Amino acid sequence: MATATQAPDARKRERSLIINKLCKEYRAGQPVLRDVSLEIESRGLIAIIGPSGTGKSTLIRCINRLVEPTSGEILFRGRDMVALSGPELRTIRRHIGMIFQEYNLVERLSVIENVLCGRLGYVPVWRAWLRKFRAADIEHAFQLLDAVGLGDFANQRADQLSGGQRQRVGIARALMQEPDLVLADEPTSSLDPKTSVEIMELIASRAAERKIPTIVNMHNVDLARRFADRIIGMSKGAIVFDGPPLALKDSHLLEIYGGEGWLE
Amino acid sequence: MSAPHDDTNLGIAALAAPQRVAFPPNWPARIGLLVLALYVAYASTILDITWARFIIGLDHGAKFLSRMFPPDFSADKLSLLYVGMTESLQIAIIATVVGVLLSLPLGLAAARNLAPPPLAWSARALIALFRSLHPVIVAILFVKSVGFGALAGILALIVASLGFLSKLVAESVEEMSMKPLEAVRAAGAPFLSVVTMGVLPQVIPRFIGFAAYQLDSNLRNSALVGIVGGGGIGATLLTAFQRFDYDFVLTIVLAIIAIVMVGEIVSGWMRRMFQ
Repeated sequence: MATATQAPDARKRERSLIINKLCKEYRAGQPVLRDVSLEIESRGLIAIIGPSGTGKSTLIRCINRLVEPTSGEILFRGRDMVALSGPELRTIRRHIGMIFQEYNLVERLSVIENVLCGRLGYVPVWRAWLRKFRAADIEHAFQLLDAVGLGDFANQRADQLSGGQRQRVGIARALMQEPDLVLADEPTSSLDPKTSVEIMELIASRAAERKIPTIVNMHNVDLARRFADRIIGMSKGAIVFDGPPLALKDSHLLEIYGGEGWLE
Repeated sequence: MSAPHDDTNLGIAALAAPQRVAFPPNWPARIGLLVLALYVAYASTILDITWARFIIGLDHGAKFLSRMFPPDFSADKLSLLYVGMTESLQIAIIATVVGVLLSLPLGLAAARNLAPPPLAWSARALIALFRSLHPVIVAILFVKSVGFGALAGILALIVASLGFLSKLVAESVEEMSMKPLEAVRAAGAPFLSVVTMGVLPQVIPRFIGFAAYQLDSNLRNSALVGIVGGGGIGATLLTAFQRFDYDFVLTIVLAIIAIVMVGEIVSGWMRRMFQ
């Protein structure tokens, strides 16, 4: 709500992300990310495709520092994420929503509690402990559950839901942060094809409606072509393709994934 | 005739194949068992445990049992029993509540997936210290340091509860799924909110089971610490023994059994309610 009243260019600055020469080595001498540089404008759905183990997940986790980068810069909201720690890091993390492959819900909490977990960066500990969330937050959580089609499930425990339903809760939790950026790490890889399309539709429509730039890791090239405004192809820790879906040709896929037989 | 021919073929195939054994003999286990049996026999001769000694013991036991019946339910004994029993209950409940409250932070501090290594290792050392001595020995130490009575018993049982509960809390925290924690951290939650919303919901149901079990165990141990001077029904029991009031001893033993059984039922309910 605060962002809506600001000048458009201010919001644009808040919602853009610049990555400069990002490197990550889990073991010295074995880089997973090699000098990745990337600029992400203030809106749109960006799909990162590439084979398993190519560093997509590491890249996305470096952005909100769930993984510590080895070197490089990540500029977001005018700050270098790599240099932040403690309360400053937490303050900026609350502006970045994240959606996970395995949903990462707290199984024994109710659906509404899981959605409200998205507010934990904003509320003091005692409110979380006593479940005394602000009325406006609770109202917003119910609205989000309605928006993802789970309005009737608010008081059910998360472990009673199906995979697709859980991922909807995950999406509502990310949006609950009122994020300026959404990261989604393989959000459909644990789901069946039909549910995958529904989940991608939901992520894409929420991103477009709220004008939140959204970075999605995925295996599925067809889904990426269908939903992304921009596709980034990665291979062996480096970006080898960056462009609109229509520009992605078989020759690029060959470079990204290698092999040939699967393209027939 | 082809059948005998086939038979010979099978016989040759079986001979040719390397011999396969489904259950190979486990020689280390066999030798170990043999050594154990020999040691038990040897130790029994050293300690002069013979059949004759056993018969004498049975005879003695029969006399003791006959002196226990009927149990003494006279009014003055019952009031002694009541005073001792309520004190034991109080000792057990206070020790369990304090133990439960302290064991959560201690257990979290000892969990290697949450606490920084120096904190985790010192918490683990403290827990190991609490677990190293039997509650009765801890009770004797407290009786010597703070004096006779319920305080010593309470302190001894708090130490016992802490040793048991903190270790189990630490273990269940280490076994929990880190995935929800990752999500809660990614939302920018401070550490204590991560614990509140990410850790406790995963750990609490099991913790309540442990706490119920600990209450049960503290009820039994509160009688024990009384015998060494920690207050409660144990003190009453010891006095009855020393005065050869075996009929009153039986009353006390029956009362302890009843209380422990009620405790077991209550802790069973608690576990089922929170699972």
